[in-house]
Amino acid sequence: MMASQHSDAPHSMADETLFAPGTQPVNLSRRRFLLGSAGVASGALVLGFGIPLGASRVQAVDASGGIALDVPAFLEIRPDNTVRFLSPFMEGGQGTFTAMAQLVGEEMDMDPATFVVEAAPAGKVFQIMPGGRRMTGGSSSVRSSYTTMRRLGALARAMLVEAGARKLGVPAASLTTEPGKIVHAASGRSLSYGEVAGGALDLPVPDGAGIALKDPAVFRWIGKPVARLDMRMKSTGKAVYSIDCKVDGMLQAAVQHAPRLGLQPGAIRNEAAIKAMTGVHSVHTLEGAVAVVAPYWWHARQAADALEVDWVEPADPASLRYMPADFGTEAFTKTLASQTGRGEEAEKAGDIDSAFASAAKSFTATYKSQYLHHAQLEPPSTLARFNTDGTLDLWLPNQVPEMFQAIIAGKVGLTPDQVRINSPLLGGFFGRHFHYNDGNPYPHAIALAKATGKPVKVIWSREEEMLRDPLRPMAVVQFRGALDAQGWPLALDVVSATEGPSEGIANKRGKELDDSALEGITGKAYAIPNRRIAQNFVKNAPTLAYWRSVGNSMNDFFYECFLDEMADQGGKDPYALRLKLLEGNERLTTLLKAAVDLSGGWKRGPYTASDGTRRARGLAMASPFGTEAAAVAEVSIKDGEVVVHEVWEALDPGSIVNPAIIAAQANSAIALGLSQVLVEAAEYEDGMPVARNFDAYSILPPDRMAKVSVKIIESGAKMGGIGEPPLPAIPPAVVNAVSTLTGKRVRAMPLSTQSFEA
Amino acid sequence: MKLEINGEVHELDAEPDMPLLWALRDVLGMTGTKYGCGIAQCGACSVLVDGAVTRSCVLPVGSLEGSKVTTIEAMEADPVGGKVVEAWVRHQVPQCGYCQSGQVMAAVSLLKNTAKPTQEDVRAAMINLCRCGTYNAIHAALSDLAENAGKENA
Ligand code: FES
Ligand code: FES
Repeated sequence: MMASQHSDAPHSMADETLFAPGTQPVNLSRRRFLLGSAGVASGALVLGFGIPLGASRVQAVDASGGIALDVPAFLEIRPDNTVRFLSPFMEGGQGTFTAMAQLVGEEMDMDPATFVVEAAPAGKVFQIMPGGRRMTGGSSSVRSSYTTMRRLGALARAMLVEAGARKLGVPAASLTTEPGKIVHAASGRSLSYGEVAGGALDLPVPDGAGIALKDPAVFRWIGKPVARLDMRMKSTGKAVYSIDCKVDGMLQAAVQHAPRLGLQPGAIRNEAAIKAMTGVHSVHTLEGAVAVVAPYWWHARQAADALEVDWVEPADPASLRYMPADFGTEAFTKTLASQTGRGEEAEKAGDIDSAFASAAKSFTATYKSQYLHHAQLEPPSTLARFNTDGTLDLWLPNQVPEMFQAIIAGKVGLTPDQVRINSPLLGGFFGRHFHYNDGNPYPHAIALAKATGKPVKVIWSREEEMLRDPLRPMAVVQFRGALDAQGWPLALDVVSATEGPSEGIANKRGKELDDSALEGITGKAYAIPNRRIAQNFVKNAPTLAYWRSVGNSMNDFFYECFLDEMADQGGKDPYALRLKLLEGNERLTTLLKAAVDLSGGWKRGPYTASDGTRRARGLAMASPFGTEAAAVAEVSIKDGEVVVHEVWEALDPGSIVNPAIIAAQANSAIALGLSQVLVEAAEYEDGMPVARNFDAYSILPPDRMAKVSVKIIESGAKMGGIGEPPLPAIPPAVVNAVSTLTGKRVRAMPLSTQSFEA
Repeated sequence: MKLEINGEVHELDAEPDMPLLWALRDVLGMTGTKYGCGIAQCGACSVLVDGAVTRSCVLPVGSLEGSKVTTIEAMEADPVGGKVVEAWVRHQVPQCGYCQSGQVMAAVSLLKNTAKPTQEDVRAAMINLCRCGTYNAIHAALSDLAENAGKENA
């Protein structure tokens, strides 16, 4: 008998999902194969859930175009009372797998520590984000699925309780749960979830509408610093990344890319010699590259590097994202700086013309940012295998499995469900593993698997990666500021010469401006009454990408540094100025004060620290990805180089799931922010990247990391993201400190290209 | 050629100039040791050769006859390695984890040579890159290990 609150008819979509032939078991067996794990244990409960959305949301989704409403996910409860969970989101270090286990486990009443989590394969059932989408990016995993994952856990619990009721012969309403078990208090009997998992398999999935979620006041795991599930495997070399994947009969391949995008391979001058090299299986001409296949990657790589290829210019470069032979970042910076147009307006308030006309003081400044590599430590790879039944298996790093699936299916002439996307752990991503037209190795792997009739794993060497890694855009931004008679900001006029990452990836402009081009200059909370913020679109030669915190990664640097200039021009303290411009904004005032308090009180400097060094501090704020951030950085100068001693950052994501993961993510994002502002720049000369590996492309080394303190504020506002938001305030906090310390305004990143005196 | 890895002698079918990294990963199927740069810049490929931390991506296997190679796969069972792994878990060091095999090997090498390293020792020894920025967590784990050196259950 069903418990009263579960008495509705079983949800039809759920049944369909539960029993759809060849879905989950197929996926699991693939994973078992890949990971050498035990796979589905006999007697395990394997559940696919239809989770009906609440009525208001259903209507909202319907109104937006009739997107499928059911939100199935995937759980396996094993007889040994552990849980296997297929996560809709990829794990790349950001802690998503653990957060998902917390959300599901909380409502299921199952310790997240008992969860084994893997990335779900591509499939409509896993597209649980609003609008029927799925991606791991935009710092959106937890906030977009917070309720959905809890409902999933609650449904699982209801089924387990029902199965327990049947086994014990008591009404479900007389049962309660404790972590991992069903308890019948009246008789003192209990059953582990594992013991009833087999019985629960035969039950209909209850209607989610009748199931209540827990009161947050009694949360056992959500909001707690639950230990991450992947720590031991990642400390012992057992974690499996795409680059580690292996299947029977597999060959490996290395490529030599065309030195410039758009060129195609012509004659291979030394083909015979290459084919005679140790271990070489075959040589293949591909789109924009030549590949060498061998059983061992080292042999393939040696041979690929030795290829002498005649590269042929395209007949119609305009039709492509083409890298001209004369492209260089130095000249391109000048091109960006020489743009004089007023650009297209992205944000406007008040009347800047009359504000500037009536201003007591006005001034200008030009800022610049650099191209950046993702430089995730795992070089990209893809393993492709055509199966005898005509299907294609791919193991590849990706942030958007269904998108890869659809595009690949189209390219190879299969239906999407014939293309299985397996998503191993990501060895870092930071935006690298979205679908980029010329930036993913899968086309090579597929072409080579076809050509050789064998499974092929392609690994791009670090050098080949840095030739095709799409870049974080650069920008030159012209600021004009105006102050009133009291020295307070009156007007702000900003024109950024840049190409946004979205329009860069699409390789064409959209109907609207690309939000990601200017976010962080637009959308600021400060009360500056007259504003005009515009983009001067300038197409870039290199391919562009999303990079951790996207537009905010550079735009908050521009804005927050110019804001300090406005403070100085008006004779105001930058902390006092920000407080004034945030008057009435309780959330941001609290946040800013929290960051300053965390640093021991506002102390701009310069001052002499106890070790005798001259130091100064800088302040900055950012509002990226639904979370609010405020940071203070302390710097000194040593041998002409900037040293960042300490960073204090306050974050308000509204509410949280795991404070320990947030602190770790803040450290990580702060490190990337420091890397960008201190040492990183991807430069081009003669159409080629100057740096092709970490010898010439610097990323933050251990001895340049700052001490970090993080304060998390739960204001109760709508939940925001975590992976990216701590980054954007870091570069401006550092640069504002450097400007204070040196007495000279610094307006460009990275600082390593400039020399400083304290 | 013969190659001793984690106390076991392997008959290795590889030419002498193949780097140890690729002999481990491809010939022997031991993928715990990672490829990050291939030019001795990042440290993802760190292993111990006769106890000293070494970047295996630039180390030809031909130079290793008679040497003892130790990889991440042996760390849980190693007295020092086991402690490092526990400290890594306790301090929740890894993020993506890709650099962490190398980080653990560097830490083990440090602690095998200097049971109670100073902050300076740690700074000098822990030079592998981590794109995820786990540097502070690595230092916390090593401070913990240094403080508890010699104590039971450290
Ligand atoms: S792979 Fe050997 S140091 Fe980077
Ligand atoms: S944990 Fe990702 S590179 Fe270090």
